[in-house]
This record gives sequence, structure tokens and C-alpha cells, in this order.
Amino acid sequence: MALLSHEGAPGPTERDAPEPLLSVRDLSVAFTTARGPVQAVDHLSFEVRRGRTLGIVGESGSGKSVTSLAVLGLHTAAEVTGSIRLHGQELIGLDERGLNRLRGRRMAMIFQDPLSSLHPYYTVGEQIAEHHRVHFNSRRAAARRRAVEMLAEVGIPEPERRAGEYPHQFSGGMRQRVMIAMALACEPELLIADEPTTALDVTVQAQILELIARLQADRGLAVVMITHDLGVVARVAHDVLVMYGGRAAEQAPVDTLFATPAHPYTRGLLDSLPRLDDADDEPLRAIPGSPPSLLAPAPGCAFAPRCPRAAAADASERLRCDTERPPLGGPAGHPAACHFPAYEGVTS
Amino acid sequence: MTTATERTSESPPLLAVRDLTTTFPARRRGSAPVRAVDGISFDVAEGETLGLVGESGCGKSTTGRTIVRLLEPTTGSVSYDGRDISRLSQRALRPLRRELQMVFQDPHSSLNPRQTVARIISDPLLVQGSSATDARKRALELMELVGLIPEHSDRYPHEFSGGQAQRVGIARALATGPRLVVADEPVSALDVSVQAQIVNLMERLQRELGLAYLFIAHDLSVVKRVCDRVAVMYLGRIVEIGAKERVYAAPAHPYTRALLSAVPLPDPAAERARERITLLGDPPSPAAPPPGCTFHPRCHKAQDICRTEAPVLRIGTPGEAREVACHFPEEAP
Repeated sequence: MALLSHEGAPGPTERDAPEPLLSVRDLSVAFTTARGPVQAVDHLSFEVRRGRTLGIVGESGSGKSVTSLAVLGLHTAAEVTGSIRLHGQELIGLDERGLNRLRGRRMAMIFQDPLSSLHPYYTVGEQIAEHHRVHFNSRRAAARRRAVEMLAEVGIPEPERRAGEYPHQFSGGMRQRVMIAMALACEPELLIADEPTTALDVTVQAQILELIARLQADRGLAVVMITHDLGVVARVAHDVLVMYGGRAAEQAPVDTLFATPAHPYTRGLLDSLPRLDDADDEPLRAIPGSPPSLLAPAPGCAFAPRCPRAAAADASERLRCDTERPPLGGPAGHPAACHFPAYEGVTS
Repeated sequence: MTTATERTSESPPLLAVRDLTTTFPARRRGSAPVRAVDGISFDVAEGETLGLVGESGCGKSTTGRTIVRLLEPTTGSVSYDGRDISRLSQRALRPLRRELQMVFQDPHSSLNPRQTVARIISDPLLVQGSSATDARKRALELMELVGLIPEHSDRYPHEFSGGQAQRVGIARALATGPRLVVADEPVSALDVSVQAQIVNLMERLQRELGLAYLFIAHDLSVVKRVCDRVAVMYLGRIVEIGAKERVYAAPAHPYTRALLSAVPLPDPAAERARERITLLGDPPSPAAPPPGCTFHPRCHKAQDICRTEAPVLRIGTPGEAREVACHFPEEAP
């Protein structure tokens, strides 16, 4: 019964432990598609500690969602290489049984569209309870109590009654709360949230982001927040990983990233956003072109065709951008994959 | 962009919407019809951009579609250039379609996948009676105008990225030389790095061609960027409308305030320092709107009168270029 209580949440000493909860090293994910092979994720490394939120930002085709699915071992058809360690345990190469013991129990995921992740024929209470029974062999009554408890914790009014309702009877925001309740029912240590508020209205988005932040603080969760929205990242993340064309473009603590982005892509994204707190008198500084196709990756830096620094560079520098993949370099706390990164006080 | 202040009182606005209601029949027998748009009024002046914002289900898209007559209004009027077009037959409407065009959210699903882009862009001209040669020539000019390479005229929509496809959609809307373009979420399906390109394009086209836009979007930052005036909708009604500077700097309706404070700013320090008004609950269903002010169940200022009496849109402070539908609007600072 100890597992049912909240005592399972990590204490402060464990939270301060030096080794990260999730450690991803040189993760690569390749698919074979009808139109050719695709390297969706290319040598990606990051880590997340307890009580921290890593924001992974990227546009379509950046590899951000593929990364999250790979962590959960949900890419059966893909070739996944590298290392993913949860609590020191290697997940790559783990069989389905091993993964099933971890998925939902030690790590859980919420998606953009809760309706497609919930079963339409079962009440939400049954679905949360089922989840609990599978992992803890708990009795029906106990699992059901746990479901109601979780619904209450995620702020669903009248949880006792609503546990008996079906997913379609919930609004979009309430459904996402149900998903969060289900994800956290087994007290996982890692929560991966893939665009959890993208389908929601802005006032409801604010509620869900607040809920995730509260639950994280209460439970010392490690959170990976995958989003295209730099505003969401600024609100919830401690650390940020910017992805472009399947690779890491830049990694930094959130304040550093927004104040002094080193990669021209990050800089370009921030400059191109219309902002509520901006004057509107100048044209937006748009990034030309479109995100790259993974079917025909550029030999050099994936961002080079759109990059103002590459465009302004002299011929030999330009050649480097066009032909040589920039490795992730620079200071340990703020690496960027650029031949000419803009670090504080350094203009290259 | 030009502002509405240059408008003289004698000339009618380019678009005048009065007490417009669009009702959808009830899904189930016995339930009431859904008033998606519930008695709204606003003007759009020549060369002006009016932003129409609100959350899903607020009726903003239905408003746009009713104005261009993709949907039929239930009551009220839509006057274009002084003439009520809300009851015209589709045939009588056809000449006006030259001047009144629409851009849609998802560029790929709004372009015919079996037609070349030159054909897609010239389609409105062919409908209006141009010869095939003239229409094609004009299509190539339009591709250039919206930043596409005319050599790509014989490609198909799937060969274009989202941003390029939206340029095709814009070129098609401009083919007949419209004066008013209704743009329904024109950038929200695009990647963040591409949105700014389309916003800049629409601003440039407005300057060069003197277009008026009704710009419908849920993204308040984008709307602030492009519009001169803004109307905020909630559950089929306009709760606040006025000059952009006023509405964004000093929102008078509690809903506008909450909406603005909910938008995440791409600035971690500002985010931490910021005070947010978090609304409780979800927007109610338009099929069963609450009585009185439809916002009252989520409003922190709600009093008894709000539960029984619907507030009417009225000028907040005399002389102010802003109207608000609230019994207890915020005082203008």
C-alpha cells in the first residue's frame, strides 16, 4: 500500500542528487519511408533532473516529437541507436515487457489531443483505475478510489460523479486534465508532455500550464515539455533545447537562451515573433524560406540556406556552412551547433 | 496602414455589419438552434484592418463566412459599399465577388490538389469571364507579387511548403482586385518561422493595393501586429471593440483582460514578473449560453445584474474610440 500513498514522491535529498533522472546520449532515430530513408533525429543528447522542466522547441520536422516517442520506446519500426537512461537503466534494447513495466509507471506521456488517447467506450474513472491495477495489482475498489483522488487533484469538480462519465462528456481542457490524472496515477518520476496545450484555447492553456507546474512542484517530477511555442517555453521551462532538422541547434538555461541566443536560428525565431509588448511599427524580421525537408538533408548546416550569418559571411566561411555540419560546441552550459555562434562579448 | 480616423462621416464604410445573427439548426430534436453569431455590429473602413479575436466556438469564423456568404445569415444585414448584400442571390452576388475575397487557414486543403497553381490563381478570373490567356498572364504577375517564382506556375500544391501554399491562396484571393479580404486564421497553420513572412506579405499588399482586411485569428499577438482596430468575441457576441492601442493597452472588459494576460510572452523574466488572471472553467457551449451576460460564470466581477441582464455594447468613456459590453467595465486609466 505504500506505493499508493504520496510518500513515493522523491524527497529533497534525492532531488538534489547529481545524476540526472533521464539521460539521453547520441540518440538517433531513422525511418525508412516510401520516399526514402529519413534521419528524423541525429545524435541528440540531453538530460533532465528531478524537479526540472526541459523545454524542447522546434518546428514541424525538427524531430521533437520523434524524440519523445523514442524515449518511451514507441518507435518499433524505426532504427533507434544511442543511449536513453532512466535512473541509470538503459532503455534502448529493452524488450516490450521491460518497457511496459516502466511506461506509465516510471515515465508517462500526455499528448496534444486527449480525445485520441482516451478510450471512448470506458468511463474516465475506469480508464485511470485500469492503469493503476495493471501496475500495482491493486484491488478494484482501491484503484477506483485512486482514480477519484487523481481527478480531484487535477482540479476536476465533483470527481466522484465525473469518474463515471465518458471522455466525450468532457470539454477539451477537462479532457487534458483527465490525461494528466491518468499519467500521474502511478506516481511516475518523468512526465513527457508533447504539445499538451496546442489544441486548447489560450485561457484554458493557462490553466493546464499552471496545473503541470503545481504538480511538478508537489511531486518533484522531471518534465519534458515539447512545444513550438516560445511563450510556453518561457513560462514553464528551466532549461531549453532548440531543435532544427533533427539535431540540437542550441541548449541553455531558459534565461540565457532568451537573453543571449547563440544560434542564428534561435535569434531568428525570437526576432520574427509578433509580441504583445512590442511596438508594431516595423516589419517583422522574418526568417526567409521554410524548415528543411528530412528527405533531402543539406550536407552542411541544416539552417545555412536560411541563415543571415551564412548569407553575410565571406566565400570561404560560407562554404563551411554549406558543406560542413557544425558540431555542438561552445561553453558546457550553453552549447550551440553553429560555425559562427554569437556568444556574449564574442562576435564572430 | 491607414487608420479609420480619415474616414468622413458622409461616405459609408466599406463594410457595415448590423445586428448579424447566424443560427445553426439543432442537432437533436427538441433542442434549441445554436446561435453561433448573436447580433453583432461593426464597420470596416476602406484600407483598414479590423482584427476579430476570440477562442474556439466564439463565432469569429462563422462571422467571416457569413459576410462572404459562404453561410447564410439568419437576421441582420451586411452592407458592402452601402448596399445590403445579405439577401442577394448567388447570381446577383457574383459581380461583387470580385471585390470581396477570402483567405483560409489551411492552405493545402483550400487549394485543389489536381490543378496547377497557375490554374488555381486564375480560377476566379475565369469565373469572372476573363480569357484563359489573360487569366494566365495575370496569374504569373500575381505569383511575382506574393513572392512566388513564376517559373513554378505549372507545379501542383503538394510541391509547395505551407508558407508557399498560403502565398498561392493569397494570390488567388487577389486575382480579381478585391477591396476587402476576409482572412480566417491565415497564419495559424504555419510554422512559427514562416508566420512572420505571411504577416509581412499581407501588410505589404495592403499598403500597395489599399486593401481592407477582416483578420480573424485566435492569436492575440498576431492580431495586435496587423490590425488598426480589434473586436473581441465571446460566445457569439462582441464584448469589446475599439482602436488597437486602447484595447491592448487598457482592456475594459474582464474577458479581454483575462485573454491578454493568458498569452504566454516569449520572455522568461517578464513571465515571472507578470500578474495573470486565470479564468475558471471552459468557455460554455453556444448551444446553451448562460443567461444574462454570457461571461458571468467565469467573471470575477460578476454581480446579480450580470446573471440576469445581458449588457449592451456601449461607449465606455465619452469620446473614446472603444465600446464595451459589460456592466462593470474597467476604468480607463
